[in-house]
Amino acid sequence: MKKHRISFAYAIIMTVLTYLPVAVVALYSFNAGRLTSVWEGFSFVWYQKLFADASIAEAIGNSLFLGIMSSVLAAVLATTAALSMPNASLPCKRAAEWTALAPMIIPEIVLGMIFLSFFSLLHLPFGMLTLFIAHTAFGIPYIYTEVRAALVSLDNSIPDAARDLGAGPLTAFFTVTMPMLFPAILSGMFLSFAMSFDDVIISIFVTGVSVNTLPIKIYTQLKTGLSPEIFALCTLMVLVALFCTLTAAFLRQCYRKKSKNHTAPMPISVHNKKDTPAIINTDNDNPQ
Amino acid sequence: MKNRKNHRRSPKTVAATFALLPFYLFVLIFVLGPLIYMLALSFMTRDGWDAIGTFTLDNYVRIFDPVYIHTVIESLKLACISTALVILIGYPFGLCCAFLPGKWPSFFRWGQMLPYFVNSLLRLVGWIIILRANGLLDMLLMKLGITEEPLRLLYTYPAVIIGMVYVLLPLMFLSVQQVALQLDHTLIEASRDLGAGPVRTFFSVILPLTLPGLKTGILLSFIPSMGLFFIAAILGGNKVVLLGSLIEEQLLRAHNLPFAAALSVFMMLLTGLVSFLLLEHKRKGLK
Repeated sequence: MKKHRISFAYAIIMTVLTYLPVAVVALYSFNAGRLTSVWEGFSFVWYQKLFADASIAEAIGNSLFLGIMSSVLAAVLATTAALSMPNASLPCKRAAEWTALAPMIIPEIVLGMIFLSFFSLLHLPFGMLTLFIAHTAFGIPYIYTEVRAALVSLDNSIPDAARDLGAGPLTAFFTVTMPMLFPAILSGMFLSFAMSFDDVIISIFVTGVSVNTLPIKIYTQLKTGLSPEIFALCTLMVLVALFCTLTAAFLRQCYRKKSKNHTAPMPISVHNKKDTPAIINTDNDNPQ
Repeated sequence: MKNRKNHRRSPKTVAATFALLPFYLFVLIFVLGPLIYMLALSFMTRDGWDAIGTFTLDNYVRIFDPVYIHTVIESLKLACISTALVILIGYPFGLCCAFLPGKWPSFFRWGQMLPYFVNSLLRLVGWIIILRANGLLDMLLMKLGITEEPLRLLYTYPAVIIGMVYVLLPLMFLSVQQVALQLDHTLIEASRDLGAGPVRTFFSVILPLTLPGLKTGILLSFIPSMGLFFIAAILGGNKVVLLGSLIEEQLLRAHNLPFAAALSVFMMLLTGLVSFLLLEHKRKGLK
């Protein structure tokens, strides 16, 4: 019992320390004064200033647009790929699969570097287009792993049953397989949106002079100095990221539950286990 | 396998092939393409803002120039220190969380998983407020009478290490806890029953069984630690230069693409070597 108490205290301290900096930023974003050394009362003045700033509004717009567009394209590509991978016959398709997952493990700075040099080789205009391609490329693995994991746990007898009952292959796909996969796709999309929405490193490299996303704006302003506006912006972004992650987790819970009702064991796909240790397949291991 | 070969030309295969094509092409062009180009670029010669296709090894030789190799060594040193601290703090954290009763393990797991999806840059901003001269930490320490003068930790080496450990800790925690949760508790009880003390039980039962998680954690914290240039930039005030900072500088300021590519290849080789050593060891350990 005593051992538990020490473990518990340690875990609590670590968790508090994890959230302390975020909480501090959120707290100071409501400070009426400009200085972080004095507390001058509660106010929304920095949020008002933030929303009045046209360049911030533009950056928010860019980030939203980019995040949605890239996660939609990544979802289309990753889902069709996850579905057709077992049956397709293309040279080195397994290698293509591993390559698609590579952006998850390559250091971000190297990814940024290779995108920058490759896009300038192709003479692509730096800006939204290059951001879009890069964000899609690193969004794909998140959706792909989610959908593959869902596919593995999907009970194949249900679409088969639909076929037996007279549904054509397309009808069976759209009325049975697709709805069953939908939570997984959506959850992957939320993850890739969250990744896109607060990516700094890769975006800095592939953006042009005229296009700013929110994280780039924060980074450039941080280098020049702190202001409570930045704190307000950070707080908002943390909220968006948390919202996306929690929604993704909730959706994942949905399809896990669904698949548990149909199939007994929970198989783990090969790459999910090897390629993304700890991060993606983290909540399927309750010993009780 | 046989089955698939028989169905190779069935309509299903054709349809699947067409469905896979967009993904296949996208990955080939925009992921594999850049990777290959980086490799090629690292052997090219710089020509003003561009690179020309004259084969050279100069870029790689240049890494061993005293100026740059110093950065590489410093970067490695910082990565080792941060990883060591991450092990010291994160391993017990993951372990003790796994042994807690009821829903607590998954509560703490969520607590550490959420930050992973929030950009580390945003999470680091708070540390600027805490660490800056006369910031929260200084105020607290002076009020408690522990220090007389402000520590002025921001823009120092320790500040960079704090930032690193803070960003990398969740990764270690998650990989250790994942393995520790699957640990068979009866083994620990058996070891205690057979007369082993807590220390011996730890070293002969718990540690070997959670070693895979520890190794994954080391891998996940060591690999990114050399590239996190923005931590050095905002907490270290550019006094600490990482391998990542060097790549950024060569790319965005010096516009030396081939050298930046060579540095990137070098960095990937370095991280690849570390992963290989850790995983090779792991495979042998299983035998």
